[in-house]
Amino acid sequence: MEIQIIAFGIAKDIINGKKVTLSLTDEHTVGEARRKLSSEFPDFSKLASLKFAVNANYVEDNHLLTADDEVVLIPPVSGG
Amino acid sequence: MKDIFITEDQLDAKACTEAVTYPGAGGLVVFIGTVRNLTKGRSVKHLEFEAYEPMALKEMAKIANEATNKWGLHKMVIHHRLGLVPIEEEAVVIACSSAHRKEAFEACEYAIDTLKETVPIWKKEVFEDGEVWVSAHP
Repeated sequence: MEIQIIAFGIAKDIINGKKVTLSLTDEHTVGEARRKLSSEFPDFSKLASLKFAVNANYVEDNHLLTADDEVVLIPPVSGG
Repeated sequence: MKDIFITEDQLDAKACTEAVTYPGAGGLVVFIGTVRNLTKGRSVKHLEFEAYEPMALKEMAKIANEATNKWGLHKMVIHHRLGLVPIEEEAVVIACSSAHRKEAFEACEYAIDTLKETVPIWKKEVFEDGEVWVSAHP
């Protein structure tokens, strides 16, 4: 399954763009997306944290993804 | 005026204050987060904010609802600015009101602390000689 992931903040700099497409072949979870992303872009491991949001909600690594989900990378937030 | 609001325009702290005013209020607390000119001795030119807007609005509303329920507030308003924000201008305004001041103080502090932890908004500090996404690295 192919999923498109949207990036904000420093995540945009790391993937060098606004979106990245990942191919999920195993359990189709956020955890799998995280592993694929980290191996493709090692700089993610340097961040203080990296959360995922699906359809505008924070999710854990065991969350199952479907092809039409809106998946967003949430690097450390710094509003205010 | 919207209670929970994100904009690229200048914020209006006075309008936020008026929005929470009511006859039963014993106190209004307003937090205004402004852009500081120095970070660790380095001179900041300005800040640039971006947001995952639908989720940021949802998380801001969650904070306002939780604070209103927990401290029995009359109302809480949270406005956040995006885009380029010059030194001294407001980046965030949080206003709330309650019958007694203690609740309003505590609720306002909770709101800004939680906003900085959960709301998907990112701030880049722009210096004369470079730029840094705030809090990105440990």
